[in-house]
Amino acid sequence: MGTSVFYFVATLSVFFSLMVIFSKNPVHSVLYLIVTFFTFTVHYILLNAQFLAVVNFIVYMGAIMVLFLFVLMLLNLNKDNEPLKSGAVKVVGVIAGCCLVVTLIGSLKATAVSDPVILRNPNLGLLKNLGKELFGQFMLPFELSSILLLSAMVGAVLLTKKEKV
Amino acid sequence: MDIAFVIEKFVLVAIIFGISLLIAMYSTYAERKVAAFLQDRLGPDRAGPFGILQPLADGVKMFMKEEIIPSNASKWLFMVGPGLAMLTACIGTAVIPWGSDITIGDRVIPLQVTDINVGILYIFGVVSLGVYGVMIGGWASNNKYSLLSAIRAASQNISYEIAMGLSIIALLLVTGTMSLKEIVEQQHGWHWNVLYQPLGFLLFMICSFAETNRAPFDLPECETELIGGYHTEYSSMKLGFYLFAEYINMFVSSAVMATLYFGGYNYPGMDWVLLHTGPIIGPLIGTLVFFIKIFAFIFFFMWVRWTIPRFRYDQLMHLGWKGLIPLAIANIIITGIVIAIIEKF
Repeated sequence: MGTSVFYFVATLSVFFSLMVIFSKNPVHSVLYLIVTFFTFTVHYILLNAQFLAVVNFIVYMGAIMVLFLFVLMLLNLNKDNEPLKSGAVKVVGVIAGCCLVVTLIGSLKATAVSDPVILRNPNLGLLKNLGKELFGQFMLPFELSSILLLSAMVGAVLLTKKEKV
Repeated sequence: MDIAFVIEKFVLVAIIFGISLLIAMYSTYAERKVAAFLQDRLGPDRAGPFGILQPLADGVKMFMKEEIIPSNASKWLFMVGPGLAMLTACIGTAVIPWGSDITIGDRVIPLQVTDINVGILYIFGVVSLGVYGVMIGGWASNNKYSLLSAIRAASQNISYEIAMGLSIIALLLVTGTMSLKEIVEQQHGWHWNVLYQPLGFLLFMICSFAETNRAPFDLPECETELIGGYHTEYSSMKLGFYLFAEYINMFVSSAVMATLYFGGYNYPGMDWVLLHTGPIIGPLIGTLVFFIKIFAFIFFFMWVRWTIPRFRYDQLMHLGWKGLIPLAIANIIITGIVIAIIEKF
């Protein structure tokens, strides 16, 4: 039961990720990306990581993708005003894509199948346990990453205030 | 998972869905009556006694209207928009505890569809998805006014979500749990959270107004600037869905406010009532009290709409970012300090 659900959701993830690349309209791409993130949320729930699932739902689907959609709607890209791409760009793109495929195949061949990880505590993903881990054992990295995010935020605000410097 | 459990949940979901639709339907009637009352008019009074059949008449009208899809609209997304608005409005009711457990024989029936341990975050996620219906519909209409409305909705939703989340954090410091059921149980009798978190409640309520696109924050459908906003191009039942979704949103956010801050189904003297009415009628009285609180909030939503004029867009952003967010952060810090002091002594 568990594995078949996983394979079903994984197929959907791959399918919608491909649709992100193949759709011509950028707004459609973003919408497919939202659906892809939704399938990721389902994956987290299947792994019994409820908190991560809900946070993925709120932050990625609810906030970041709204901003993506916001920007794309503001730019209002469509076929009429898209700059024409020259043939050379397409050739370069194909070559780069082929290089990526070769690298991926090579690295996949080199890796060995690892043993499945068995968690000491299968309920690690639940809110209480996750909080205790984060603010106990991983206190320092957690606080450091929050300072990093804060400095990035301050930097972004400063960049928008160019004229007052 | 026995079959009785599945049937029980199925019946509960069906009842809640029906009630939400019924309340949304009669909210349209109530809104017009409240507006009439506040403006010293009569309001709708032709269909049935006191105009009580008006929502049915409106519904039939919506269904009978011609369905128009603009020729340059993105057809598929144009239809997805209203459906998504309706879906996100309805799924929020799943985690709200409607009453304490009913005991029939030796079977305990919880009046809540599911009690997940991240209940508040689930509500929050549903709220943050709610804007997609407006955004997709507005963009797919291929109309500049609708597009502007969609963009306004997105930025408003994102801005007020932050203040809303911060006001919830202060509440979580007090309750120490994210399960809505536990939060309600903690407010037994008259120990309502609004007594401990008055500022948090005020912030949460203002943000709820913004998140449900209600006046004075209904900038996305500001008719003096944007014709009809995101539903300018919509007609027939698709327009009906958008209007309906707004009322269901209002119902759900009223229920959330009553649950988080006003004790849900708790009321002073509930133990005495429970003791004297038995395990079936007692919880149902609690549910009745809960619905009275919800209706009071819905009335408040309408009262505000017909009293306060709409904000200008820069005022809206100013209030959100420079007013509510600093206040919410101050609320968290003060709550944290007070809790630390109480635990120390």
